[in-house]
Amino acid sequence: MSDKKSSNEALRTIFVALSLCLVCSIAVSVTVVNLKPRQDRNKDLDLKKNILSAAGLHTTYEEIESNFSKIKIAVVDLERGQIDESIDPDTYNENKAKTDPDAQIVIPADIDVGGLVKRLKKVKVYLVQESGTLKQVILPIVSKGLWSTMYGFISLSDDLNTVKGFAYYSQGETPGLGGEVDNPAWKEQWIGKKIFSGADKIAFKVAKGAGKGVHQVDGLSGATITANGVTNSIRYWMSDHGFGKFLNNLKGVN
Amino acid sequence: MKIKKLILEPLFKNNPITLQILGLCSALAVTVQLKNVLVMCGAVIMVTGLSNMSVSIIRNYVPSAIRIIIQMTIIASLVIIADQFLKAFFFEASKTLAVYVGLIITNCIVMGRTEAFGMKNPPLASLIDGIGNGLGYSLILIIVAVLREFFGSGNLLGFEILTLAKNGGWYIPNGMMILPPSAFIIIGCIIWVFRTKDPSQVEDN
Repeated sequence: MSDKKSSNEALRTIFVALSLCLVCSIAVSVTVVNLKPRQDRNKDLDLKKNILSAAGLHTTYEEIESNFSKIKIAVVDLERGQIDESIDPDTYNENKAKTDPDAQIVIPADIDVGGLVKRLKKVKVYLVQESGTLKQVILPIVSKGLWSTMYGFISLSDDLNTVKGFAYYSQGETPGLGGEVDNPAWKEQWIGKKIFSGADKIAFKVAKGAGKGVHQVDGLSGATITANGVTNSIRYWMSDHGFGKFLNNLKGVN
Repeated sequence: MKIKKLILEPLFKNNPITLQILGLCSALAVTVQLKNVLVMCGAVIMVTGLSNMSVSIIRNYVPSAIRIIIQMTIIASLVIIADQFLKAFFFEASKTLAVYVGLIITNCIVMGRTEAFGMKNPPLASLIDGIGNGLGYSLILIIVAVLREFFGSGNLLGFEILTLAKNGGWYIPNGMMILPPSAFIIIGCIIWVFRTKDPSQVEDN
């Protein structure tokens, strides 16, 4: 008698557990599937907004799509420094490429100032063109700060030296200290600064204290390591191992 | 009358944060800006209310051996649904809240209420009790966030109230308010005020 009762009890437990799991999983999957298109659109708009704001093309949410249509997306092979026309930028998925060892290259330790260890061989860049001539080029820059990896965009004008705009879209630095990399007043200073001095010597840096001259912006007080991370991201990504060759090639064309 | 009691009791008399000292982790982490707190509170109220109600609906069918895991499954599913909604409709806020939305699952208030109330009471009362406790949590978070955003960055809901010295005004922000430990101090002060007003909340030594 008691055996039968306990086996009934076990069956009931399994039945309740299974049906609950079924109901919950249906509820979760219905929500996820139905909201996915909206979420993807949000992510896409957010990325475009960040690119536009780095380019100094400030915009409202409604105008993102129309402003973004002026921008040409291209995939650059950093090794050759040229646009790889064989890849369709709309289908090239950088997140997917990051899981593919063949699509990446290890950065030699002595030049890896950004602390990245490796990078993609082919990177998406954004070109602002007006009637066929290049006006701005927007490049992604990444480096380690104090706590986090900082992801951003820098926009260079058609001389490929003068900064048109700069913004991080993802960083986890200390709010109020390193987090001030997001301060609009600080980002404003970048505009008009020059990256290179002379032929291709990278001279830009975040100063300690007040920035002097065309190659420096003010330091971030209390955030030396974050500021160094920002400097290093420019040092690496503008070097020949980063976008240097691509920029040189563009210069030849312009 | 009973509804009023279920809503009001967790606000002051039996507040989950100040009296039960639950849910502190997220109270420290998300209270830098009021806007994020409001979104977070909305998500928590929805999860506490609905999970308490769902558990209550099936309470007579739940074998007691697996009741905790059943509550957990319901809570986790609701939290995922809430997270997905935020990503779709409040994208900016969900980006800053990031992992803390998912961590509502581990917020002791939610499971505390399903186990203590939802398992023993009818669905409607459970729903209201859940909402009440969510509101009690929200009340404290909102107080903390108002203080932190106001003194830490001179803003409220992102609107400038005090012009900062670095933007040409006079106010020099209190940097400590931006860091999580300040929430500890503020919550401590709130607990002090609550217990001075209502000495029955003071524990015996």
